[in-house]
Amino acid sequence: MADIQYQAPEDLAAASALLAGAGGKARILAGGTDLLVQMKFDVVEPTLLIDIKNIAETRTIAEEDGGFRVGAAVPGAELGEDAALAAAWPGVVEAAELIGSTQVQGRASLGGNLCNASPAADSVPAMIAAGAVARVIGPDGQRDVAVEDIATGPGKTSLASGEIVASIFLPKRPANSGDAYLRFIPRTEMDIAVVGVGISLSLDGDGVCTAARVGLGAVAPTALLVDAAADALIGSKLDEAAMDNLAAAVSAACSPIDDKRGTVEFRTDIAGVLARRVASIAFTRAGK
Amino acid sequence: MAKTHVTTTINGDETEFLCETEQTLLDVLRDELHMTGTKEGCGTGDCGACSVTMDGRLICSCLVLGVETHGHKIETIEGMADGDALHPLQRNFIDMAALQCGICTPGVLVAAKNLLEKNPDPSETEVRFWLAGNLCRCTGYDKIIRAVMETAAEMRGA
Ligand SMILES: Cc1cc2nc3c(=O)[nH]c(=O)nc-3n(C[C@H](O)[C@H](O)[C@H](O)COP(=O)(O)OP(=O)(O)OC[C@H]3O[C@@H](n4cnc5c(N)ncnc54)[C@H](O)[C@@H]3O)c2cc1C
Ligand code: FES
Ligand code: FES
Repeated sequence: MADIQYQAPEDLAAASALLAGAGGKARILAGGTDLLVQMKFDVVEPTLLIDIKNIAETRTIAEEDGGFRVGAAVPGAELGEDAALAAAWPGVVEAAELIGSTQVQGRASLGGNLCNASPAADSVPAMIAAGAVARVIGPDGQRDVAVEDIATGPGKTSLASGEIVASIFLPKRPANSGDAYLRFIPRTEMDIAVVGVGISLSLDGDGVCTAARVGLGAVAPTALLVDAAADALIGSKLDEAAMDNLAAAVSAACSPIDDKRGTVEFRTDIAGVLARRVASIAFTRAGK
Repeated sequence: MAKTHVTTTINGDETEFLCETEQTLLDVLRDELHMTGTKEGCGTGDCGACSVTMDGRLICSCLVLGVETHGHKIETIEGMADGDALHPLQRNFIDMAALQCGICTPGVLVAAKNLLEKNPDPSETEVRFWLAGNLCRCTGYDKIIRAVMETAAEMRGA
């Protein structure tokens, strides 16, 4: 068995330098709930693990410009315990809380869910809907990247050598806004999404939708931002016609796989059904 | 092979050990420290048999590396009874037949204790969701849930 080194630096620059210096042989370790399983099955065989949990920026939730900056390695359980965050972005928090069991929640992070780049990652459609922006730190400094631009395919990201997601920014939201996330799974707990839909929307004083974002997971090689689905909602009060258009736009965006967990037809159809439900939850939350 | 020297607190006692990076906390507990109360089912986070707490947070010890525990506080099933006096959960699990083969039991007990510390008055649904990551092949769960509910009521009364 290869000798694996372990480092737990206390700042991002040091972590990034270690990662860049290892020439593809190193892995960032956040909660480890994907990485340690992949290592057990020799899917990945790193020679260096860089634990980022001793770095303050990756472990804190801070209010910033009316929004929230969430450390990339904050575990799901801590997101749910942050009352202000859960009140502002209930859809993102409920998506993160769907990841695994209580035990997995004690470790699993948004940064890990995003960078593992599974098409079925639950928090990703919700973060896409929220307009979340990842702060990426690398050898050349820092850049801000829309969450939907991180994954490029199953297990693949746009992160360059030495780049780490330090935090995820959830922006300030206008009054009368709400978000929600639902997934369809064959069981009630502990399962992988067959379809996941996140929607965030804003209403004007008359209850007309003025802005919307729709994120769709598990039905394409990466989670998607579906502009046509958002357009179906904008300008409406989410009446039946708007909901029909939403469902049609969501189904049209699907290019899922066929497997024992769901056929292409089933996934495509259920995506539209879920989108209606998610939109009405987000609409109710926005009206409160 | 380079081993890392790790200092942790386990069940209140400062504990030092040497481990390789790929050794999980579960491996360290069972193979290095000979604390075999914590069980291994799947080794991949699915079954909960390896449940322990780290800094008060319920985790799977098969999904945490030994090296990651440096400076942290671990609680295992071995810390649950007070000498010969069983924890009320342990007593009720026996009295109410909430175990058969017992392989899942340490993990279930650690998880249930952690729940009752956070929420002394959980609903049945809350107990079921909290324990959803603790698989049991024998009991069919109902007796486990009833024993946890009974213990919660007893501890609130006490
Ligand atoms: C029993 C079980 C159930 C699960 N259920 C679900 C579920 O229902 N839904 C779901 O979506 N997922 C699920 N997962 C998968 C996993 O828990 C999530 O994807 C989790 O969010 C991963 O986060 P982590 O912090 O554990 O990541 P890690 O395992 O630490 O990292 C994952 C990958 O991302 C990289 N990485 C991590 N953080 C960063 C960073 N900040 N910058 C750059 N790269 C980084 C790592 O190098 C690694 O390649 C489950 C896993 C288990 C074991
Ligand atoms: S052995 Fe850790 S969850 Fe199964
Ligand atoms: S008592 Fe046998 S697995 Fe639970």
